Amino acid sequence: MKILTKWLRAYLPELAADDAQLAEDLTLRGIAVEGVYDLGAGKGSLYEMDITTNRVDAMNHYGVAREAAAIYGLTLAPLSYPLPDARSAGQAFSVRIEDEAGCGRFTARVLRGITIGESRDWFPGAEVATYFSLLEQKKISNAVDASNFAWLAMGQPTHAFDLDKIEGGIVVRRARKGEKLKTLDGVERALDPEDLVVADHAKPLGLAGVMGGWDSMITPETKNVLVEAAWFDPMIVRRTARRHGLHTDASHRFERGADFNAAPVASALVSSILLANGGWIEGDLVDVRVASAEARIVHRPAIALALSEVQRILGKTTAPEGITASTVESVLPALGCTLAHQRGTEPAASGKNPTWLVSLPTWRLDLEREIDLIEEIARVYGYNGFANTLPAFGEGVRALPWAESESALRRTMQAAGFHEAIGSTFCSAADAALTAPQPGQVVPLGNPLSDEAGVLRPSLLPGMLSMIAGNLHRDVADVRLFEFGTVFSGTVEKVEERPSLAFGAVGAIPVQSALHPPRMIDFHDLKGVVEQLLSRFQVEAIYFDRFPAEAGLTPAWLHPYRAARIAVDGTTVGWFGQLHPREAAARKLKQSVLLGEIALDRLYRLPLRKPSAPEISRFQPVRRDFSLVLNDSTPWEQIDRAIAALQMPELVDWRAREVFRDPKLGSREYSLLLGVTFQAPDRTLREEELQAFQAGVIEAVGSAGGRLRT
Amino acid sequence: MANEEILHLSSFDDESLNAAFAALEQRARADAAALDGPESMEAFRLRWTGRKQGRLNDVSGWLKAAPPQAKKSVGERFKSLKDLVEGLLDAAASSGPTDAAPAAEAIDITLPGTQRLVGAEHPITKTLHEIVSVFAALGYSVGVGPEVETDYYNFESMNFPPGHPARDTQDTLVIANQEKRSLRDRLLLRTHTSPVQMRTMERQPPPVRIVIPGKVHRNDAADATHSPIFHQVEGLCVDTNITFSDLKGTLDHAMKALFGSAVKTRFFPSFFPFTEPSADVQISCIFCGGKGCRKCKQSGWIELLGCGMVDPAVFAFAAEKQPAYDPRKISGFAFGMGVERIAMMKYGISEIGQFYAGDMRFLGQFV
Repeated sequence: MKILTKWLRAYLPELAADDAQLAEDLTLRGIAVEGVYDLGAGKGSLYEMDITTNRVDAMNHYGVAREAAAIYGLTLAPLSYPLPDARSAGQAFSVRIEDEAGCGRFTARVLRGITIGESRDWFPGAEVATYFSLLEQKKISNAVDASNFAWLAMGQPTHAFDLDKIEGGIVVRRARKGEKLKTLDGVERALDPEDLVVADHAKPLGLAGVMGGWDSMITPETKNVLVEAAWFDPMIVRRTARRHGLHTDASHRFERGADFNAAPVASALVSSILLANGGWIEGDLVDVRVASAEARIVHRPAIALALSEVQRILGKTTAPEGITASTVESVLPALGCTLAHQRGTEPAASGKNPTWLVSLPTWRLDLEREIDLIEEIARVYGYNGFANTLPAFGEGVRALPWAESESALRRTMQAAGFHEAIGSTFCSAADAALTAPQPGQVVPLGNPLSDEAGVLRPSLLPGMLSMIAGNLHRDVADVRLFEFGTVFSGTVEKVEERPSLAFGAVGAIPVQSALHPPRMIDFHDLKGVVEQLLSRFQVEAIYFDRFPAEAGLTPAWLHPYRAARIAVDGTTVGWFGQLHPREAAARKLKQSVLLGEIALDRLYRLPLRKPSAPEISRFQPVRRDFSLVLNDSTPWEQIDRAIAALQMPELVDWRAREVFRDPKLGSREYSLLLGVTFQAPDRTLREEELQAFQAGVIEAVGSAGGRLRT
Repeated sequence: MANEEILHLSSFDDESLNAAFAALEQRARADAAALDGPESMEAFRLRWTGRKQGRLNDVSGWLKAAPPQAKKSVGERFKSLKDLVEGLLDAAASSGPTDAAPAAEAIDITLPGTQRLVGAEHPITKTLHEIVSVFAALGYSVGVGPEVETDYYNFESMNFPPGHPARDTQDTLVIANQEKRSLRDRLLLRTHTSPVQMRTMERQPPPVRIVIPGKVHRNDAADATHSPIFHQVEGLCVDTNITFSDLKGTLDHAMKALFGSAVKTRFFPSFFPFTEPSADVQISCIFCGGKGCRKCKQSGWIELLGCGMVDPAVFAFAAEKQPAYDPRKISGFAFGMGVERIAMMKYGISEIGQFYAGDMRFLGQFV
């Protein structure tokens, strides 16, 4: 919205602040001036305003002037447009409000002998040509411009009809089934029986509060005019406008509540501008008011406002006296409120908490409650006049129950060289079907952003895959990403949300070295990361299971022979492995993509492992290596379990140190170098003991299907 | 090595002693100069200080053999030789196999170091954590709520009137097939973190001090500064005697903690359905200090968050489950800020889409 300071100053003859200061002061009181443009000597400035939707009363020059008057304590010039005496009409123009819910007030004034022509500066207070030129508002004709001028001046929509096109009189009613109306935008509209229309005795003339009709509009030939200024119900105007896909200045105002008492003033302004070019008034202003609407809107009950409540909500000001009775009594009347003291709280009754009964102005339908008045006091007082205080502490601070676990996992992922990413909350139905842990539990959106984002993600993997692909397409070959996020399942009736962690990796490690050849990240690198993640928790047992490809238990996104289920204490917490070659090909990914996902709701049930520091033995550890030959059908796990089953306290560590194929061995055999460490907490191990321990290990390995290489 | 010449000292007069000790010192220095590695150093150590065959051990025999009047003079000279040998040993040990180290072991220390990739926290997570910890220090606990919300929590209980434009599917992403359900039960993706205010108040009576970080969604077309996915941190403080000046003081403190103590704040009226009075908060431009620059559009100020006193209508909704939220007895304030906007400002990011692309080059900058 554009505002001319020249026009504002016409309403505020005493205003001393310059345009920049005025803009600043208005902005700090919620009447935001977004831009100030100097129009040149004597022309003042143009303000580009951004006024919040609740302050529709201030979206015009008089409304802004009223705010300035309140800020500076100035007198606002009244809006008054004296009209010449009317010639008598044989019979008053007929106006009937049939739909009392939709129309609270309708004024009609008949003007005859009008000359349609170009707008000029007609009289002080109606500088149409000057103001429109400064606003770069197109001039159309004195009739249309008069209506626009009244709109810009006071925010009251009006409409001028060609009186000779009206049959009988005006009826404000709902449209009848099958009625049609060509509106001013030239569109022929089929009316809905819910639409509120201004009609004559034969046909609808316009959509009430939204847009006038084509057939009754002012033309260069128009001689006689009917000026309409009315009050229409916000909700009914909104519905009518919405049904027809229209949003006009008039509907904007009526939808948010117009000033019930502005209609006759706006009518006088429009009429006086038209009459400045000749013509006369016929008959008195026809002013039909719906008593119930007037009672509801104009005679709203006064609001009780207690000074103690103002102070309780607003607190301290930088000035020591704070918000006082005199603050209240200067601010509210300046905004158009009328204050009366509630009995027993008059200033004379000292020691009492003053309480006022505040009557509300008709243009401020947004004021309804005591808190609304408190806001007005704070606003006009100036928010920056309030002190900066801090409330007392209330209670102890609680973190989220899983905050520590999440942070431990995040640090582990970072230490493993993965960057944290945030992916889309949505994915395609196809990706959802591929990655959803529970089939048939995918939740679709009613108004998705796109087909690729048609459902709520049931897994973080679609987003992970798309971020990995994005990197590869940008020639970033080495990718390590993880995401903490919510995954969704359920139905359109009830949606479950669970926290999840996904990770993905492609390319080489380490990333940068001139001396060491790069090595591609592989399944076991990712498995190491998973092990480190799980090691942060207090668990009894962690297993990595695989299932025969044909069992159909491995998720469809995983390579059936390079995938592992992560089970913690008997519960599945996730899956990881290599992306299924079929999916890699479908996404044009030539590189081997490793990825996985962990259901955090399950992991978060476990306590974090508490670090403990048992005493480290002072006695020399003894390391022994065994070169084993194993059959392909004997995985490491079997050896591992057999050694663990020894439960030998001095056997403090054992691990597969190297696995390799040797052409000298059988084709289905491989070689494994097993490293074991013996150590006692209380003594140096003797050679005889070590011999016995080694024999035990060799026997265990033998029972698991391994043999010593000779 | 023949030690005979040392073993037999014929005379204990000064001249003989001087000559004998000078020869020993010279030899020790020569031995030390010839050291070329750990092995030769060990040999040197054994040759001179070995318990059984070391030269010092042999020389110490002179002390016994010396006549009483010469003992002091031998002793002094022995002490000085011993110090020299130990000094040479220390020097050799600390300098290592320097001079004579094989040139073949030379490396190019100017090649770049081998770096292991260290992962970065996402700038949004980082910023969220910073904001949360500022408020934790002020006594705020952390709360969260669902990303899929009902119309009731997202709009109705936050005092959005029926027919408010935000409730339209043009602005809000909704779950499919909600049309048959009652308006308040309809599921949508929360458009702000404010519904967690209501969920928190329903769960616990006052006092409440809570910050709510979270992901929110709107049906917005993506451009440089808009994304259908973004993050907010919401705050809520409810107690007896919470005032507008408390709101001002709290946010002024928080902005200084986040952006530096030189930052100034200013508040001006705004409008939100769930707060009254409502305010927008600007901070003095962190780039130019308030003088005016391109980043703050020459205004010297940057708009950062919305806030206000909790609307009594919101308390009335909460009081349906927790009667202690009686707006005549308690009061409170709420605030909300966009995390992306703050992160973009802090790190000089111009495209909001960068946060969600998972680009390694972008994310790697935040290590």
